[in-house]
Amino acid sequence: MKRFIGFIRKEFYHIFRDKRSLFILFGMPIAQILLFGFAITNEINNVDIAILDHSNDVETQKIINKIKSSPYFKIENQIHNEKDIEAEFKKGKIKAVLIFEPNFSKNLVTKKVATLQTVTDATEPNVASTIANYTTALIQNYQLQKKQYNNQIKVQVQSRMFYNPELKSVFNFVPGVMTIILMLVSAMMTSISITREKELGTMEILLVSPIKPFQVIIGKVFPYIFLSIINAIIILILGFFVFGMPINGSLFLLLFESILFIISALSLGILISTISDSQQTAMMLSLMGLMLPVILLSGFIFPIKSMPIPMQLISNIIPAKWFIIIIKAIMLKGVSIQYIWKETLILIGMTVFFITLSIKKYKIRLE
Amino acid sequence: MSIIVQNISKSYKTKKAVENVSFEVKKGEIFGLIGPDGAGKTTLFRILTTLLKANEGNASVLGFDVIKDYKSIRSSVGYMPGKFSLYQDLTVEENLTFFATLFGTSIEENYDLIKEIYIQIEPFKKRRAGALSGGMKQKLALCCALIHAPKVLFLDEPTTGVDPISRKEFWEMLKRLQQKGITILVSTPYMDEASLCDRIALIQNGLLLKIDSPENITKNYDKVIYDVSTKNRHKLIHDLKNYPSQYSVYTFGEYIHYIDKQMKFNLEELLQYLKDKNHTEIEIKTAIVTIEDVFMDL
Amino acid sequence: MEKEKIIAVQNLTKKFGDFTAVKNISFDVYKGEIFGFLGANGAGKTTAMKMLIGISNPTSGKATVAGFDVKEKAEMVKKNIGYMSQKFSLYDDLTIKENIQFFGGIYGLSRTEIKSKTESLVKELQLETIINSLVGSLPLGWKQKLSFSVALLHEPKIVFLDEPTGGVDPITRRQFWEMIYSQAYKGTTIFVTTHYMDEAEYCDRVSIMVDGKIEALDTPKNLKKHFKVDSMNEVFLKLARNVE
Repeated sequence: MKRFIGFIRKEFYHIFRDKRSLFILFGMPIAQILLFGFAITNEINNVDIAILDHSNDVETQKIINKIKSSPYFKIENQIHNEKDIEAEFKKGKIKAVLIFEPNFSKNLVTKKVATLQTVTDATEPNVASTIANYTTALIQNYQLQKKQYNNQIKVQVQSRMFYNPELKSVFNFVPGVMTIILMLVSAMMTSISITREKELGTMEILLVSPIKPFQVIIGKVFPYIFLSIINAIIILILGFFVFGMPINGSLFLLLFESILFIISALSLGILISTISDSQQTAMMLSLMGLMLPVILLSGFIFPIKSMPIPMQLISNIIPAKWFIIIIKAIMLKGVSIQYIWKETLILIGMTVFFITLSIKKYKIRLE
Repeated sequence: MSIIVQNISKSYKTKKAVENVSFEVKKGEIFGLIGPDGAGKTTLFRILTTLLKANEGNASVLGFDVIKDYKSIRSSVGYMPGKFSLYQDLTVEENLTFFATLFGTSIEENYDLIKEIYIQIEPFKKRRAGALSGGMKQKLALCCALIHAPKVLFLDEPTTGVDPISRKEFWEMLKRLQQKGITILVSTPYMDEASLCDRIALIQNGLLLKIDSPENITKNYDKVIYDVSTKNRHKLIHDLKNYPSQYSVYTFGEYIHYIDKQMKFNLEELLQYLKDKNHTEIEIKTAIVTIEDVFMDL
Repeated sequence: MEKEKIIAVQNLTKKFGDFTAVKNISFDVYKGEIFGFLGANGAGKTTAMKMLIGISNPTSGKATVAGFDVKEKAEMVKKNIGYMSQKFSLYDDLTIKENIQFFGGIYGLSRTEIKSKTESLVKELQLETIINSLVGSLPLGWKQKLSFSVALLHEPKIVFLDEPTGGVDPITRRQFWEMIYSQAYKGTTIFVTTHYMDEAEYCDRVSIMVDGKIEALDTPKNLKKHFKVDSMNEVFLKLARNVE
């Protein structure tokens, strides 16, 4: 045990003496969160839209006039057929189409409900969601004016997104960035710190000593568990205070799941270090082998449902996918373990698998 | 016997690193593996320190088999790998403490053993290992390898790239460690260090060429070597190489070493030959045979 | 006849913060000479050499190499010298031919020059049959010989060799020195550092640096006479011991 503590102390010396990595370690999450956060703007002006008015009556004209007079939208043209919507989008000029259902005024009077549909081009997800929100706001404003005459009526706004139906928002990037950072810090840093010992030749000394392979591994990994937890907390605090990301569920559960994910990432890092001889290879492997799948296949940027089936299947073996599902559920929906035990179990399974594999692969000799 | 090596062979893919090597190292002996880079010295060290498995043959250290009892070997030997550079970002003291705890001991426990070496670097114990000079790094590395009081010490090219003064001091330290009963297996590319070992093995291209004490190796050399020098060294080499009965000609310190093919070599004839070639300040005398001479003739 | 100075160093000093690595050294090297530059690890050899090849600026003092000031005309200095070190010599992942072509290109040789140089060089070193093999697969001694030849591609006036024979076997080491001799014979000046004291004997003149200063500079013969010892090794040990 004393041996082990001595080992961990040495690891901390390495980490705290390397000022540059330390800066990257803690500077990166902050920079990432702020970059992602502020790059997602919430303001739009003069967006070109098209109108498809199936009823063309008094009420629709009133609403259209209201839209016209707002600074947010500019009506580019009127279209007359649903089929033209896609074509208009493809031209790329307009960002949204407002569709009034047939008999809009009549429905408003008889059924007390009329539907206005907004179809948005969600290739720019933030613009799309903002358009939807603005339209809703305009209609609510319109209803407020209407209420003076009639309390009962209601215009309901239906939003439909083209191309990117699972709309991404601020609430998405906090879990996403957290996943990336935890993956990066845990896997890359451990794989690099293990391969560094190989490069220096000190790994030979460690091998020719009574310390056991699993002690070396745990000793290498332990400091990064600690640092990754700190990183996770920094991200959560930033998300919460700067961008208003809610944490509806249990903080304890959130931390537990984070640690679980961190451990699985660490074991991947060890696995990488067993197959690479230099720090450079370790870094490339972590970046290409871990970062890209996390960014591309975890559902952080591209929704899994809209991927081709083979990709969807592959996404299942990516721990990050499950972790993102879990933390989103905890943070946004505020669910407890009952609802995410399946995902948690998958993550545990993967972690155990990676750890066993990396201990098995860790060589007691040089070849 | 502290180390027994029997018919060890090892190859990497198609390249043979070590071929059918056998030797024994007695308890308390300084045994030198002498040979240039790429001769197979490091491979042998790694096999003996249980880091590599040989393709063929057996080896044991302190009676433990290098394959079966690798754990016992690992806890009872000290090892200084060739490119060993310590932890550059840790201080002298931290490095030493780390290696002590790694072997489940402490600096105090075995201070007697390392004392003589450690006091030389102790003034710099708060300095990072990366900021030490070559000689001091090497002393620290030796302390680290000794801290758990090993019975056998494996030193793979400990003096490579180190200046002559530090090298001399290092060998003096090894002699003192030997007096404490530690068996030392050391490798070096510097032929002049061979004479400091009790016994040596000359190794080249994976083959052991000779095993004996340095004295016996030089004593048993069957040819006579002459020291030759003249004013114009460059021309001298050229002319000697063109001398009909020359066996070999090579520079050696301030002289050129000349070996003749004939048993009945006539010194006067050579002298006359050199005079005819317009050499001045000619000096010819019998040379003292060194390990390097023997090595070059293998 | 006055010998032609090819390196002239006057009161050269280099400081790193509080630490003075090279303390006010002065010496001259003559054309066609083999000049041994010796010293213990950390004595300031490498620092001094870096200033002479124009990659490190002196703190004070003056040095001219091949007639050019190392501080003001560093680019001209670099054009007129060849450099080879034990650590960096050639690219392991390029073939012999590619290495020669690359370095020839760097020194601004024309295509035809590179071609003829490659041929003569490969012939001289007897590498014809393996000209297309990777340098990484060569034994160390061959590598060093090849990289010495490559350092000479652009026919520099001076070649700086930083521990060129470290770890090389005794036979190849001597072949290497024979290459040095014949090069010096052709008039190239050789500036060489080494840890092998027998190699110090091969030099025309030797300087020994201790603690940032040049403590001795003379022919090996005179040095041995002066210190009343038989070998350069003992000269070296005597000098450095005095300081400690």
